[in-house]
Amino acid sequence: MKKRWIPFSLVMLILASFSAAQATAPPKVGEPLPVLKLIKPKETTELKYLGLSGSGEFSVESIKAQAVIVQVFSMYCPYCQKDAPNVNRLFGLIENNPDLKGKIKILGIGAGNTQFEVNTFRKRYQVVFPLIPDADFSAHKHLGEVRTPYFIVVKMSGPKKPEVVYSRLGAHEDVEAFLSDVVKLADVK
Amino acid sequence: MKKILLLTLACLWFFAAGAFAASEAFKENIYDTGRLKPQDSVLKVKIGQKAPDFALKAVSGKTISLSDYRGKKNVVLSFVPAAWTPVCSDQWPGYNIVQDLFDEFDATLLGISVDNIPTLHSWTRQMGDLWFEVLSDFWPHGAAASRYGILRSDGTAERAIIIIDKRGTIRYIDVHDINERPPLETIIEQLEKLG
Repeated sequence: MKKRWIPFSLVMLILASFSAAQATAPPKVGEPLPVLKLIKPKETTELKYLGLSGSGEFSVESIKAQAVIVQVFSMYCPYCQKDAPNVNRLFGLIENNPDLKGKIKILGIGAGNTQFEVNTFRKRYQVVFPLIPDADFSAHKHLGEVRTPYFIVVKMSGPKKPEVVYSRLGAHEDVEAFLSDVVKLADVK
Repeated sequence: MKKILLLTLACLWFFAAGAFAASEAFKENIYDTGRLKPQDSVLKVKIGQKAPDFALKAVSGKTISLSDYRGKKNVVLSFVPAAWTPVCSDQWPGYNIVQDLFDEFDATLLGISVDNIPTLHSWTRQMGDLWFEVLSDFWPHGAAASRYGILRSDGTAERAIIIIDKRGTIRYIDVHDINERPPLETIIEQLEKLG
């Protein structure tokens, strides 16, 4: 009987370690972004923006860009609500700059948000870049269950692609400075 | 073998992380309660009956009675377990950006917890300026929650949504798993049904 407990204990120990590691580790700069299974947007314009087609799932790696800014947000997060106009302005700065348009893309992941909740946030703050629901927190768990808003910048080229070059909690009031950092860190040309 | 299987399931349940995305608005101040028993009370009300009335002090300084809304507004009661805890802190801020949806269905929202007014004041200040009243069911402790049968054995309330129409009749009850947030669309769908 005692022998039966040895494999059981080992399995539980592995599960505990895995659970703890998954819950406490935000993406690290210099490492590849964990593979996230995200639902493709239904809007054609958003699919086109990301360089995707069809339906089903996609990962950040499949986005056509030199750099992707991943914003982990929630409709229920007061700071994300307050920061929404800043992120919209960041999007505008990219889209209105011919040197950056098409090279840097923004993707919002709604941690624990359903499609309806993501749409509510989009409508309330007039967000025009893709916001993806993560209702079961699966992507959020892979991202270390970070607090919100959290920003990750991913460099889409190089040996470690998609490589995390920026990973930080908090809103950006100075979006010009942040965009300048994104260009440098992700080596956008 | 059966014991091992049951223990495995129990451990898997335990290790399933309590999923929430704490907003930076609350900094490091959220107390992680861990995963709790999903429900821990016996409901005393049912759909179709008159909603038990209550009069509770609000953070705004007013005293709010449920009967104040009779004949005027549909009412959504949002009971939450406790201030400064994970899921609760990620619930009312979302309702704060959808006043237009509540207005569309001639409804108001009353947020209720068993915390006292100073605690609720400090906590809700992190959420911004709330458009709805936040009521304290602190003393007699949990009396309103108890009348609805949603006071848990540890003195906190269940995470519950109760919708009451203008006639004062209960039209919807969701005593939700305390570890999860009720989806917004469910509330809106139920308000739509009020007609």
